[in-house]
Amino acid sequence: MKILLRGVRGSIPTTAPDTVYYGGNTSCTIVSEKDWLLVLDGGSGMQRFYIANYTANKRVDILLTHLHFDHIQGLGFFIPLFDSSMEVHIWGPAGAGKSLHSRLSRYLSPPLFPVHLRDLPCKLTLHEIENSSFDIGPFSIQSRYIIHPGPTVGFRIAGQQSVFAYLPDHEPALGSKGFPADKKWISGIDLALHSDLLLHDAQYTADEYKNKMGWGHSSMEDAIQFAMLADVKHLLLSHHDPFRSDSQLNEIFSELQKNTNYSLKYEMAVEGTEIELA
Amino acid sequence: MPAYEIEIILSRQLADSLSIPVFITDTTGNLIFYNEPAEIVLGTTFEETGEMPVAMWSTVFKPVDDEGKPLPPESLPLVKTLRDVYPYHKTFRIESMKGKSQKISVTSYPILGRTGKFLGAVAIFWESKDV
Repeated sequence: MKILLRGVRGSIPTTAPDTVYYGGNTSCTIVSEKDWLLVLDGGSGMQRFYIANYTANKRVDILLTHLHFDHIQGLGFFIPLFDSSMEVHIWGPAGAGKSLHSRLSRYLSPPLFPVHLRDLPCKLTLHEIENSSFDIGPFSIQSRYIIHPGPTVGFRIAGQQSVFAYLPDHEPALGSKGFPADKKWISGIDLALHSDLLLHDAQYTADEYKNKMGWGHSSMEDAIQFAMLADVKHLLLSHHDPFRSDSQLNEIFSELQKNTNYSLKYEMAVEGTEIELA
Repeated sequence: MPAYEIEIILSRQLADSLSIPVFITDTTGNLIFYNEPAEIVLGTTFEETGEMPVAMWSTVFKPVDDEGKPLPPESLPLVKTLRDVYPYHKTFRIESMKGKSQKISVTSYPILGRTGKFLGAVAIFWESKDV
């Protein structure tokens, strides 16, 4: 299974020169195995992705964790959606009211976008998911609702030899006095359990989190603690704050390493990184 | 055992932040969490007991009417909520195992997830102002 990070910035894309190392594109990760390709989230990292460079398969599956704008804003610029020879499946969380089609159409329709969702030329199928299990090509996928404002899921993607867990927007520590010792009280833990690689929300420092509780994001320390409780092999800290420059992220990460002694392998997610999971 | 649904986890986190006694059960009535104010009602702590099967926690206090006659379980709000998946409210007395009597009002409601799935129930205990 190959993982390609196309966007690891949170909230809004950044284009400043001092964010080029970690990257300014919002959430998008490509997962591939054999000829199959999954696109996790439709942030601005979706743009300029030429699928023919990766596979001859005429099917692509887009898995949306939720419909906040930084996770869908790239959809209107995803080339396969405008290619009539492509079969595109969009999987997104069911809500209590409106359908996935209706909610996506709020963006993919005038005045926010010139093309209606219904007019996209590709062969489009929408799938509403909740606490679901489904297969796409060689991938066995589990989705579960996780703690973040609005209907939001995380994904556990099992390939033939490895497991990747994807929870880019997640606040498992919300309201609790730290993490309960009992894993069954931790949002998203099943998705991450024993995974080879976890990409997890880590937008804030521990100090910042005190004033951002309930916003739906995690501190870096909480993300690491979550990964350790889930016995994850390798953690990528993601959803970098858009106000943070490369040098600030470097400084924060180096402080984190200096002040803590985690046994877990963890690092900051960097746009453009490719990881092959054996 | 898999993790609870987030609606249950969030209910616990809300209960954990409140100063009123809150009990959370699964769909069959097993007590899966109670907060610190509820510990006073039960006379024990969640830390000590952990989750409690319905057969155990339902004997911790005895619900009675104003004349001291025992109330049948099927008349209690939480039992009715679990049966009907519907909110209920009732004022009655409880006697703790230590013989202490207290008049309380109980409001119970079902936890229905985003997709309408019944996941459990919450009971909130109030000290009754009904003298």
